[in-house]
Amino acid sequence: MTLMKSLMGAAAAVALTAGAALANPALIFDLGGKFDKSFNEAAYNGAKRWADETGGKYLEIEMKSEAQREQALRRFAESGANPIITTGFAMSAPLADVAGDYPDTKFVTIDGWVDAPNVHVVSFSEHEGSFLVGMLAAEASESGTVGFIGGMDVPLIRKFACGYAQGVKAVNPDATVISNMTGTTPAAWNDPVKGSELTKAQISQGADVIYAAAGGTGVGVLQTAADEGILSIGVDSNQNHLHPGKVLTSMLKRVDVAVYNILKDGADLEVDKITLDLADNGVGYAMDDNNADLITEEMQASVEDAKAKIIAGDIEVHNYASDDSCPVLNF
Amino acid sequence: MDFLTLIQVLDSTVRMATPLLLACLAGLFSERAGIFDIGLEGKMLMAAFFSAAVAAVTGNVWLGLLAGIGSSMLLSGLHGLASITFRGNQLISGVALNFLASGLTVLIAESWFQQGGRTPSLFTKGRFNGIELPFAIGPSEAEAADRPLSELIKEANVIQQLYSELISGHSILVYVAVLAVPLTWWILFRTRFGLRLRAVGENPAAVDTAGVSVRGLRFAAIGIAGVLCGIAGAYLATGLQAGFVKEMTSGRGYIALAALIFAKWRPWHALGACLLFGLLQAVALRFQSIQLGGVSIPVQVMDALPYILTVVILAGFVGKAIPPRAGGQPYVKER
Repeated sequence: MTLMKSLMGAAAAVALTAGAALANPALIFDLGGKFDKSFNEAAYNGAKRWADETGGKYLEIEMKSEAQREQALRRFAESGANPIITTGFAMSAPLADVAGDYPDTKFVTIDGWVDAPNVHVVSFSEHEGSFLVGMLAAEASESGTVGFIGGMDVPLIRKFACGYAQGVKAVNPDATVISNMTGTTPAAWNDPVKGSELTKAQISQGADVIYAAAGGTGVGVLQTAADEGILSIGVDSNQNHLHPGKVLTSMLKRVDVAVYNILKDGADLEVDKITLDLADNGVGYAMDDNNADLITEEMQASVEDAKAKIIAGDIEVHNYASDDSCPVLNF
Repeated sequence: MDFLTLIQVLDSTVRMATPLLLACLAGLFSERAGIFDIGLEGKMLMAAFFSAAVAAVTGNVWLGLLAGIGSSMLLSGLHGLASITFRGNQLISGVALNFLASGLTVLIAESWFQQGGRTPSLFTKGRFNGIELPFAIGPSEAEAADRPLSELIKEANVIQQLYSELISGHSILVYVAVLAVPLTWWILFRTRFGLRLRAVGENPAAVDTAGVSVRGLRFAAIGIAGVLCGIAGAYLATGLQAGFVKEMTSGRGYIALAALIFAKWRPWHALGACLLFGLLQAVALRFQSIQLGGVSIPVQVMDALPYILTVVILAGFVGKAIPPRAGGQPYVKER
């Protein structure tokens, strides 16, 4: 019996040390998948940069269905991962359920909202970044009609659309903004065929610049826009290279920087609720060799001017999420 | 709504309906022979991946199409092995195919291309581009006039608009899909093979008594289904899109099954059902909410309509949908 006990004790000790050795941070990608060339890929790039620089290791999983969310969170928490970073607003509800059960583990939600002492909330001022690309769209447009194609119809994506429409109207008050959402289920993040059809529909309504905030669906939007010879605007990651000379710019959301900083803090992360905005360079627009010919110096100057004014508070960009309504766009 | 808008919506309808139609005809052959095929979705997805992958590697879209058809037929063969040879449950085998395709495509794509479960973007030679029919206004006229195509079409007369926008400019697979309808009708209702194929779905014992191989006929039927699903998948990845993206079929295989029931397992009706479902999708894409006599219909209703209509048909409100009598039952030869 004593032998049994000591054996059990040894086994438990081994299990514990194994658990401690596994105290790596963990990263949970949302349904769009790690390589969506957009939001999740930005998170992946941040984690990769951290791993390359520090030689650290992190655990990761891609969500395949809604049902996996809570299970993945619990698996990682029980294996001792800390902190656990989740991407996407849809993780809010499972995170709110799970966080209380693991008070010593620090969770991070990017784009979500959970009010708990061990959940670090990172959000972005997407409406400000979208405002800037909206200005560029209006300046590049010849027809005076620009388009927006969102992924799943959720308040977060409407926030993009609303900021974009405000930017367009700031440059050209008579401009028409056509706004479409791909769908109302998570499948809307991965339906490039529907993205293409929406693009064609918007082109036939006169749009000559189209902004896609739609995860994997955006690949279809950018492709069709390039095929049909109009301009498109990418989202989250820099997508200018996908079709050089055909993508006007990309609305950058520096999820990579956020993830990198969180991983650098590791388990010492200070739990807080932060919003990364223009002033923090949390959002912005992408300029590189691929779109240098598309954006004139005047265009860039006017956008930089607006950026400074937004940071100083002279221009107030309405945030859809603040009151669930948009002054310039009907959904 | 002006005439041109109507034409554009119909144009979009044709594009949305083509993969549905091909998958629906695939299901028609299979189910008429008594093999339920839930795996249409999986076969399309597999074909979409292999057609895009081979087209990306070789730069030849026709090789891609062949690879797509081949991979889809391979899955058909698996389905046949499980449900005809080993007399397994056809529904479970079909569901298994869907899971298999969903996992395998991403896995192979990741190992071949390291782009996170997608294929590289295809360029002109690797895609089925639109065919310009004679006398139609197409991209070449637009290039010659150095003006956008949409402007040229807007200025053209009504018949030219109809011809250039709706009939011309689709990829060759669209015309193949439309021609497949009369061909299917002819094979099923005017040939000896078709008669036997239908008989094997109604009363396999009678076919067996007549000395015709039930297994052979059923394998032939799912083979044809494999070819049609292969074309559907290739159209998605190399016609509509320029590459494969994971889960890119997004439920079109299931809508095709709904269309099959809606059409009551008849080829011409299948064309009608697929065009109707395609039209619903196209309208939902073009108009986010529709005002009808002061009531606004949200876009979700349009998305759900194919399923609602199928339930209505199944419930027997509009005629009765009777599936082939021997459908779903493995045939056991009497000893």
